[in-house]
Amino acid sequence: MQVTTQNDELNIAERWVGEGKTVAIATVVETWGSAPRPVGAHLVIDGDGNFEGSVSGGCVEGAVVAEAMDVISTGKTRMLEFGVADETAWEVGLSCGGRIRVYVERLGVA
Amino acid sequence: MDIEILHKLNIERENRRAVMVVTDLATGKGRLICEGDTVDGDLGAVVGKGFRSGKSGTVEIDGAELFLNVHVPAPRLVVIGAVHISQALTQMAALAGYDVKVIDPRTAFATSERFAGVDLQADWPEDVLKDAPLDAYTALAALTHDPKIDDFPLQEALRVGCFYVGALGSRKTHAKRTDRFTQAGITEVQMEKIHAPIGLNIAAATPAEIAVAVMAEIIETFRKRGMAGL
Repeated sequence: MQVTTQNDELNIAERWVGEGKTVAIATVVETWGSAPRPVGAHLVIDGDGNFEGSVSGGCVEGAVVAEAMDVISTGKTRMLEFGVADETAWEVGLSCGGRIRVYVERLGVA
Repeated sequence: MDIEILHKLNIERENRRAVMVVTDLATGKGRLICEGDTVDGDLGAVVGKGFRSGKSGTVEIDGAELFLNVHVPAPRLVVIGAVHISQALTQMAALAGYDVKVIDPRTAFATSERFAGVDLQADWPEDVLKDAPLDAYTALAALTHDPKIDDFPLQEALRVGCFYVGALGSRKTHAKRTDRFTQAGITEVQMEKIHAPIGLNIAAATPAEIAVAVMAEIIETFRKRGMAGL
């Protein structure tokens, strides 16, 4: 369940767009095991690499931001998966032992 | 996500209305659904379930993988009456994640010593609710026993459709209340939404036990909302 606050990442994303920035939204769409952020949690990223919100406890945000840069320039959505150790292609892992799937899309491109 | 969808989503969230973004994960196509919108077919069923549970997740419908992101306003509790039960109830509600407000115009009851750390308004409900109106994601518990204080907020809660409306008082007290409310134009259907006597029947005896019964009833009503007739 998302709790709405005045200055959360979705409001910030809209403000960024108003300022002429290109913005990507990353969303946790699935979790397995223990995951620090629930399904539905957002991380928003602008073209300069500024970000707000989180999709994990800080473990994989760096990798998501890097991927978001590509999404911002190409406009193509991307599905990322993070897990423990190196089971996946990603070099970062979740220390909590869970797995998450993160969907990254560019704002404004349907 | 389309910027237009984000804009509408933020407006709905700010106005404390439940809303859902449905995204086709293959195409990236998004759709905004507000609670109460008519949605047909299999999607309609999962949308209804999503609003009730407040849980987001992925579903497969007609071969498409859809992500449903549910945004439900944080539930609130407005307590009328800074009474003994309220002292326990406000703490329990805060623990359960509710934003809590207590309203009582009687300054002898509404003291910060009795309600440390609680949003306490020593004014008439008529005045407080003008600035902070009730809504569908608010529960109202009227606990003063005094019609002069309880009646207005109870009727207002029924009018705006608070998910929970509870009133302290015996069956006899409630029968008298029903007479007054009928004369004030409250319909029978609205009247049935009042939980009176208040609280689940757990034979509660002390103020704290009554608070448990009330809080449990609020939680039950919130989690089962929209399930009537199922």
